[in-house]
Amino acid sequence: MSVPTKKAASKPARKLPLKERYALLTRDLDWEPGYVDREQLFPHTRYEGIKIHDWDGWQDPFRLTVDAYYKYQVEKDKRLYAVLDGFAQSQGHLSLSDASYLNAIKLFIQGVTPLEYAAHRHFAYLARHLEGPAPRFAALCQSVDELRHCQTQIHTISNYNKYYGGFHSWSKMHDRVWYLSVPKSLFDDAMTAGPFEFLISISFSFEYLLTNLLFVPFMSGASFNGDMPTMSFGFSAQSDESRHMTLGLEAIKFLLEQDEGNVPIIQDWIDKWFWRAYRMSALVAGMMDYMLPKPVMSWREAFELYFEEQMLGGLFPDLEYYGIQPPRHVNDAIAEKDHLSHQVYKILHNFSFAAAFTTKTPDEAHMAWLAEQYPDSFDQVYRPVWEKHRKIEADGGRVFFQGLPQLCQVCQVPMAFTEPGNSAQISFRRSTFRDETFHTCSDGCQWIFEREPEKYVQAWLPVHQIYRGNCGGPTVPDVLAWYGIQEGDNGEYTGSPDQLAWAAWHSDGDDKAV
Amino acid sequence: MSTGTLRQVAIDLQESEENRALIEAIKDDNPELTLRHLPGLVKVQAAGRIVINRESVENRLGREWETGEFQLAIVSYTGNFSEWDDDRIIVSWEH
Repeated sequence: MSVPTKKAASKPARKLPLKERYALLTRDLDWEPGYVDREQLFPHTRYEGIKIHDWDGWQDPFRLTVDAYYKYQVEKDKRLYAVLDGFAQSQGHLSLSDASYLNAIKLFIQGVTPLEYAAHRHFAYLARHLEGPAPRFAALCQSVDELRHCQTQIHTISNYNKYYGGFHSWSKMHDRVWYLSVPKSLFDDAMTAGPFEFLISISFSFEYLLTNLLFVPFMSGASFNGDMPTMSFGFSAQSDESRHMTLGLEAIKFLLEQDEGNVPIIQDWIDKWFWRAYRMSALVAGMMDYMLPKPVMSWREAFELYFEEQMLGGLFPDLEYYGIQPPRHVNDAIAEKDHLSHQVYKILHNFSFAAAFTTKTPDEAHMAWLAEQYPDSFDQVYRPVWEKHRKIEADGGRVFFQGLPQLCQVCQVPMAFTEPGNSAQISFRRSTFRDETFHTCSDGCQWIFEREPEKYVQAWLPVHQIYRGNCGGPTVPDVLAWYGIQEGDNGEYTGSPDQLAWAAWHSDGDDKAV
Repeated sequence: MSTGTLRQVAIDLQESEENRALIEAIKDDNPELTLRHLPGLVKVQAAGRIVINRESVENRLGREWETGEFQLAIVSYTGNFSEWDDDRIIVSWEH
């Protein structure tokens, strides 16, 4: 490239066009190694069987350069922190729809924020180990983004920690508590895969295929329930996310275009990671349908709009060009869309005495909404269950399941999902490996297990660990103490410290009973 | 390219004062556009492709606008950025 000659005029030279700036950054700044050969410099890009012939085939449509990156990120942070200050200064937490809304945000900071940090770490690894300068730079930006997401989420949500339970020990909980092993183990699975599988697992399956189902519901829920700061960090993060989606889509197209031999490997990874990420999204399904005092959109509707219409209808016909099929087991996900959220929330409701959030039986208005959203399943299957709970609660009781559930060896969700097409039959799969029996919750998880049993037999299953004596002791209080769960973080919402404080803050000032 | 395909592409934008002008500009250049309001969001959708022209956005905003600023507005999208340069952004399906 020739250096443009400086103009004599006093006006500063106009910036180079975007395409040229990007080309200079991602091509001209790279060099061929002299002291070592490429295999020594990039030791991790061959063992997965992926063949790359021309790393320059990678294009970032955003054509992001360093100056542009920081310029826009600074602006995003400024906008976000203005909202955070305004909300804190005006006691904004009092204008939430209800304190029970915050259960969704507890799940978020315990389950999702640590994943942002894990992503930050692993994209830093990709920024070192991918061979092309363009994907390395895209990974570097994403690594910085993910750290920003982690930090802004901690800042945003710390305001609630001053007034409500369940927000204090999320990092420790993420490593220890049973329902949080679902997201943690998924990310650990991705980070222990090779760099190309990580691109398909996190960048493509997580960030492109399912991001709208995983994140947008939290943000719309925040917006609808008066949680301006969460909505703001969410949208701020999502604006980075659209760049991450692009990286995921670019990654898959690049890998497919490089060599025909890559296609079956990628298909296998799509099959695996669709199901892994989808199973994790079950927690989001339960949140959307049951934890928001003002629900926005049902899981079923979101699944149809964001997944069936946009991904199966839009993306996969595009990928068919390369010989890629829709994910294996996708029909099982479609078949259970009327059931997923109800089954997951039943688990959370039964076991919330051991969770760092509270649950409650849906009231009549909420059940009417659920019946409307789920005309084929709610009144038939799930309403009778909740009515039973209500009756017990009206008599002063509250059902919590006594005992520990069996967990799926792959997704680590308690084994409570039912067979596709038969909501009366628990789905239960059995596999044998090295003379030991392992259980999985679905054809999808069983297929994943049997494809790499050596990996999944190592799973840190929270229930097994309790039985092995690795979780603080044999009793519930022992385990809760080890989890970092404090009195009042857990259990039933009605009568909880959060609910009582909320009622007191919203009473009209005299001391009549709340 | 994408002509002939009727599969939907979509862009989710934050609902904000500035983005109203941006959305107006997108409407100007994509007559088939449909809008859906979700809490905090506007989802713009069209068959095949959506184009965003710098000039149209500048006309609506009444100031200079860089295509890079689109990064401050977007929340999510479905499709593929088939073009992103100084003058325009195109989201479409490729095959």
